[in-house]
Amino acid sequence: MAKMTMVQALNLALRQEMERDDRVIVLGEDVGVDGGVFRITDGLHEAFGRQRVLDTPLAEAGIVGMSVGMAAYGLRPVCEIQFSGFIYQAFHQIENHAARLRWRSRGRFTVPMVLRAPYGGGVRALEHHSESREAYWAHTPGLKMVMPSGPRNARALLVSAIRDPDPVIFYEAKALYRAYREEVPEDEETLPIGESQIVREGDDVTMISYGAMVRPTLEAAEDLSQSDGIEAEVVDLLTLSPLDDEKFSRSVKKTGHAVIVHEAPGSFGPGAEILSRLAEKSFFYLEEPVLRITGFDIVIPLFAREKAYIPDARRIAHQTRKMMKRG
Amino acid sequence: MPRKTLEIPLSVEHLSILDEKGKVDKNLEPKIPKDRLLRLHRMMKQGRAFDQRMLSLQRQGRIGTFPPVSGQEASQLGIVAAMDPEDWMVPAFREMTAELWRGRSMESILISANGFNEGADAEDGEGPATDFPVSVPVGSQMLHAVGIAWGIQYRKSDRVVATFFGDGATSEGDFHEAMNFAGVWRLPVLFVCQNNQWAISIPRKDQTRSETLAQKAIAYGFPGIQVDGNDVLAVYAAAVEAVDRARKGEGPTLIECVTYRMSVHTTADDPKRYRTDEEVDAWKKKDPVERFEKYLLSKKHLTKKKIASLEEDIEGEIKEAVKRAEEKMGTIGDPLEMFDHLYAELSPRLKQQRDALERELSELQEDSNHG
Repeated sequence: MAKMTMVQALNLALRQEMERDDRVIVLGEDVGVDGGVFRITDGLHEAFGRQRVLDTPLAEAGIVGMSVGMAAYGLRPVCEIQFSGFIYQAFHQIENHAARLRWRSRGRFTVPMVLRAPYGGGVRALEHHSESREAYWAHTPGLKMVMPSGPRNARALLVSAIRDPDPVIFYEAKALYRAYREEVPEDEETLPIGESQIVREGDDVTMISYGAMVRPTLEAAEDLSQSDGIEAEVVDLLTLSPLDDEKFSRSVKKTGHAVIVHEAPGSFGPGAEILSRLAEKSFFYLEEPVLRITGFDIVIPLFAREKAYIPDARRIAHQTRKMMKRG
Repeated sequence: MPRKTLEIPLSVEHLSILDEKGKVDKNLEPKIPKDRLLRLHRMMKQGRAFDQRMLSLQRQGRIGTFPPVSGQEASQLGIVAAMDPEDWMVPAFREMTAELWRGRSMESILISANGFNEGADAEDGEGPATDFPVSVPVGSQMLHAVGIAWGIQYRKSDRVVATFFGDGATSEGDFHEAMNFAGVWRLPVLFVCQNNQWAISIPRKDQTRSETLAQKAIAYGFPGIQVDGNDVLAVYAAAVEAVDRARKGEGPTLIECVTYRMSVHTTADDPKRYRTDEEVDAWKKKDPVERFEKYLLSKKHLTKKKIASLEEDIEGEIKEAVKRAEEKMGTIGDPLEMFDHLYAELSPRLKQQRDALERELSELQEDSNHG
């Protein structure tokens, strides 16, 4: 197994799926000759040619709307929106068509497409390059919303997303792209969409997170263990929609405490739905109110202040410790 | 550097073959076999009669809101008559006559107009496998045509795609993105603009300062042509050229069909608020169906007697279709089926929601039985 960054792991997934299936077409802005602004599609243009790796004109609705047509025709488009902050120019194509064409046509046409986009802060970028708006897509019937947390699961989930019969919105934390390397097998590996993973076991508190926030949550869990003897169980959701609520509900029945961590604004965010599922399934086991550690309900600040906005290991540990000391 | 004038193609053709009185320009008259001419006539008559029947059904409360097509029959049929059944059609929402020509049944249209998703079911191979369902958000469907056309080009097929939209759609961003993408890759698309003069209450002149809508193609590097959209021969002739260009790999064409929405925008609309009876009457004189009928009579392809018997046949078919649709609607409508077809497979949560609804409905039924 080779040690890879998330960029390399995503590239591996695309390359292998393109080799395996000539219906897989990569398209977007600068994905061809340039290899994508984050280099996720690096080398694919040389390997597969301009018909398989399509540099499009600069128009997000065009990219997504065209992908819907390609998918209905029988291809498997994997389109890239360069930054998720520009996805709103294609919002109507996602909501009105990608998510509904199967439904509208009673299954005559389907939309097996993947929309990849980098999301989230932490890389000192310009305005519109740092948002976390996954809730939009998790809220939209007809879509699947996948958010990997590291190189290995990003690769496996991207393969599954490409093979999925329905449209998948695939948000990649740009803060993770080159953050660290992980062993990624060269041989095919997939992960089921809609299944979370317990990435750390513990009996005292359940910490639920996804995407870029899984790492600081795990770091906080280590800190709590070492300095306070608090053992956290950490759940990595991996998919937001459909949401796997079994594992975290079961975990909370064991621990009696729940912490939800995400970068997106708290109000009406993914944490609100997770909390609601906990209220349905684990209410009588909760010993403390559920703690949400999230972005504030404001526009993410320009990068000089973004550190104070994005939850980090220190804040996660600090707030969790306070909650646990009350109990 | 001095200022200088750059030479770019700046002319747009206007094509008209059959005038308002049904007189044909012999030099331009397309060679269409008699059986095809008669089929065009039949579909025009059927489209018009069915439209009027739907309007009265709507007024009686027997179907829901729908967008009538009267006045635009030639703009639609001239296009689809130039296509093969295996070509693709990506309609907006006012293309009922084109859909009928392509094989959609009247009962499926009635079932859709009654709020049942089942109207989109393809009936035993009768429904065209290469036709998209209607698309309501204005202009958004044009990009799907581009994606299909890209697939056609990628697979080296010689199929073409026709996508329909109105004058209002030319103000939408998706129109420009679709035209631009199709131009860049020279994709086999017919962009068919039915300029019916009104986007609900906004007249064509307030939609854009452009002299024609056809000229918008120039900016995207492919030809645009304006045709008399109430002249089915002109629409057909323009479509044949565009299909030919597309099949040969020469790229897209924009066809602006100048026509008129003779009826309401939808049955929820009252056009008296924004347009005059004089205007409507003036367009009635340009009626595409009457004009074509005069042409066929003068060619002796039809007689008054044949027309009367055709009208009777159509009335009978419509009556049958309404009957069949109403019978079918009596057998469908299980609320639990609203969960169908959203995903290939229902998630556990969706299964729970469906099961909970099923339980609740039966509990409510029990409550009312005991009440």
